[in-house]
Amino acid sequence: MPISESTREQMREIAGRYPSARSALLPMLHLAQSEEDEITTDGINACAEVLGITPAEVTAVATFYTMYKREKVGKHHIGICTNTLCGLLGGDAVWDAVVQATGGGHNETSDDGEFFLERIECQAACTHAPVMTVDWEYMDDVTPRSAVEVLDRLRSGEQVHSTRGPVIRDFQATEHTLAFPDDGLADAPSVDDKMLAGLKIAKERGMTGGNV
Amino acid sequence: MSTPLTPVITEHWDRPDLYTLDGYRAVGGYRALDRALQMDPDAIIEQIKESGLRGRGGAGFPTGMKWGFVPQGDGKPHYLVVNADESEPGACKDIPIMMANPHALVEGVIISSYAIRANHAFIYIRGEVPNAIRKVEFAVKQARDAGLIGTNIQGSGFDLDVVVHSGAGAYICGEETALLDSLEGYRGQPRLKPPFPAVAGLYASPTVINNVETIANIPYIVDRGVEWFRGFGTEKSPGFKVFAVSGHVRNPGIYEAPLGITMRELLDYAGGMREGSEVKFWIPGGSSVPMLTTEHLDLPLTYEAMAEAGTMLGTGTPMLFDQTTSVVKAVTRWLEFYKHESCGKCTPCREGTYWITGVLEKFEHGHGQESEMETLTSLCSQIAGRSFCALGDAAATPYPAAMKYFRDEFVAATHTSADEQFDPVASYVFAGAAAR
Repeated sequence: MPISESTREQMREIAGRYPSARSALLPMLHLAQSEEDEITTDGINACAEVLGITPAEVTAVATFYTMYKREKVGKHHIGICTNTLCGLLGGDAVWDAVVQATGGGHNETSDDGEFFLERIECQAACTHAPVMTVDWEYMDDVTPRSAVEVLDRLRSGEQVHSTRGPVIRDFQATEHTLAFPDDGLADAPSVDDKMLAGLKIAKERGMTGGNV
Repeated sequence: MSTPLTPVITEHWDRPDLYTLDGYRAVGGYRALDRALQMDPDAIIEQIKESGLRGRGGAGFPTGMKWGFVPQGDGKPHYLVVNADESEPGACKDIPIMMANPHALVEGVIISSYAIRANHAFIYIRGEVPNAIRKVEFAVKQARDAGLIGTNIQGSGFDLDVVVHSGAGAYICGEETALLDSLEGYRGQPRLKPPFPAVAGLYASPTVINNVETIANIPYIVDRGVEWFRGFGTEKSPGFKVFAVSGHVRNPGIYEAPLGITMRELLDYAGGMREGSEVKFWIPGGSSVPMLTTEHLDLPLTYEAMAEAGTMLGTGTPMLFDQTTSVVKAVTRWLEFYKHESCGKCTPCREGTYWITGVLEKFEHGHGQESEMETLTSLCSQIAGRSFCALGDAAATPYPAAMKYFRDEFVAATHTSADEQFDPVASYVFAGAAAR
């Protein structure tokens, strides 16, 4: 499907944020992916036309970054961190359980088109290991059982909340957020006990940062 | 007496509205900006120089000195770029700062831009953390609506636009020149230095690139002064640090303390190691810095003490592993990461990470040969110092460090796989029903 005129207009809007329009290419590709659930030739061509560069130049960028997918992702992107810390603390077992439960594999979409599975690298949440992401929203401190439960709930259409973030929408909605981050979902705290671990002890023991 | 915790950046994280402008203002937020806008920009650069603040992204370069490299009165536009591409294995402190206290970052961006005379600032956040991106965007928008970003800020004559930019999945973009290429809309591959970004950075103009935590320090220093800041830490490592403690510890989490606190003290605050467990090895700040063992637990966590011990403070986010952990498996997994993330621009890193990983995987499966331990040493030494950027050096780090302390495990891996040496299940942080 050719990229719609309204999306092209949004691409031009993103380009207008920068002193040099080409700087907009990464968020523009996120926008293209939000419309098509993958990076298609149409998406690449639209970016190229808006920026006045060649499709080859856009392709060179789109193929470099791992968040851009060249096949349909399906409804939800599921990331399991299997880098050293998460993997050894149990992410490996979480991965095995999720593979078994969905029948998918690394960089594959499950047969029902519901889940795209990816062994992801460090998600900057090692204090919350093992970490899973659903459409790149945090699902902290998962176990094989809790991870599969999350997938079951998503499949049955239940509302699922990120452990440190908003309600889960779908992959394309997150991709849209990456292009237009003012998505109306920021207005709630995203702090949990682990982020407060030191502060709690400091308060109990009367330790301060020498406030003035 | 042990070193106390010192919550500064994290002080009000238990306020549910801290992420809002009103919540941040209620605890003194944007007071520093008012002060800064009354100051001569050079005086702010001087103040940051005197504070001794060092970059919190890993390298520890003095922030004020970096700012001082920007040529002033050169007629070119200047740019501030915040490196929020936190992707280093083990590093997990910038994303929490952005989710919990985004206005500290935004206020820091405004003050820093004013100091270096930048009218455009960019916050480059890795794409895989939409919730940090939307929180920072929310804070920027609130600041803009309140007239703290825009034209003639607070009547000062200073104009600033701030753009929140999403990355798209590439660890290499944490390397500052690769980040600039990425921000210009290209593949994120590092540039040859010199010229340094302070002279020719974004759009070939003078650019300062600072880490999130570094910038979040700025309002507190401007507000409370150099003397206060230097009251924490050591002469060469002044200030405090948002430490993120992870691994086989009882209470992993965020602990803000002065630089110079020891790992043993931090671990004590984190409740010690989990039940029946002891430290086998730990890494002070990300997989790119060499591992240490129990004999190093009483060293101060400062840039200088870590360097003396043959490692680096790095991101200041210690990972601790207990006796259930296979060093061979841990190192192999890190190398698989570097292989995956090598940008491919230079041959030593692209080919070297490929070959090291292949040989390490043989050891992980119990098929290594003793002679291949030398092969690995040789491969690492052919990458270190010979690659285009620090990613190659980082990739050459885990194996030699592991060999220094755990050579026996690699010898054993010539006949026994990592999983046979160490039952993987014992290393999991969950057990029983949850594991099934």
